[in-house]
Amino acid sequence: MKSLYAWGAIAVIVLTSTAGDVLLSRGMKQVGDVGELTRRIGVLAVLARVLKNPNFLLGVLAMATAFYSLLFGLSWGDLSLVVPASTSLTFITNAVAARIFLHERVDQRRWMAALLVAGGVVLLAV
Amino acid sequence: MTFRRYMVLAGVAFFAATGDGLIARGMKQVGNVSLHHLADIFLVVLNPVIALGVLFLLVFFTCYMTALSWADLTYVLPATSVSYVVLTLIAKFGLHENVSLTRWLGILLISAGVGFVTQGPAFTPPKEKSGDLVAAPLPARMEP
Repeated sequence: MKSLYAWGAIAVIVLTSTAGDVLLSRGMKQVGDVGELTRRIGVLAVLARVLKNPNFLLGVLAMATAFYSLLFGLSWGDLSLVVPASTSLTFITNAVAARIFLHERVDQRRWMAALLVAGGVVLLAV
Repeated sequence: MTFRRYMVLAGVAFFAATGDGLIARGMKQVGNVSLHHLADIFLVVLNPVIALGVLFLLVFFTCYMTALSWADLTYVLPATSVSYVVLTLIAKFGLHENVSLTRWLGILLISAGVGFVTQGPAFTPPKEKSGDLVAAPLPARMEP
């Protein structure tokens, strides 16, 4: 029963953190190269630009949901199961979501990386 | 990719693993959170170990946002998954959890994934900017 709770938490973490990752990535691409911007307009101006980005704020909300789901998961299961399983499963969902929503070129090399990590997750959960 | 950018990626991996490790240790001190006392989940941040873990995760988040401002999501995530190796070492030696041979093999596969993705480009250029570059090789390809 405890492991069922842990896997339920893992499912929620995967969905919310994928949504969060995609939104944050889109938001940060809209903001621009942080290193270059900091040199040009300063840290505070960059921070203000990031905090005003709607995609960033929605991404943080999704990540906060994922974080609290993680806390639940960690109190029900082992660290070396819950964290790698949930976070690594997002590699597959993120590869699909990044291709669809962010139009990233997910080539063979990146799919291979996602599948290797997913395979690793299966072994971690055995 | 410059040395500075690789350091940002290393920061993502290191602070993600240590932050999660600290939070896990704190949650073990706090004990199970009951579904009947949902408000307790918001109070766990008062535990000093969890608070330190949250601080580490804030540093992770800053590094992660910096990386996402100049690299693809599908590059940053696999490239920084080296954190699982660090995480397993923390679980084994810091939290004294049992890490089986199968789990070590899983870590090996994840590390191989890191190797694959870091050999490729970090960023997909936006279509409007790369339009000319993409269009240029097409006639050459159509030649017999």
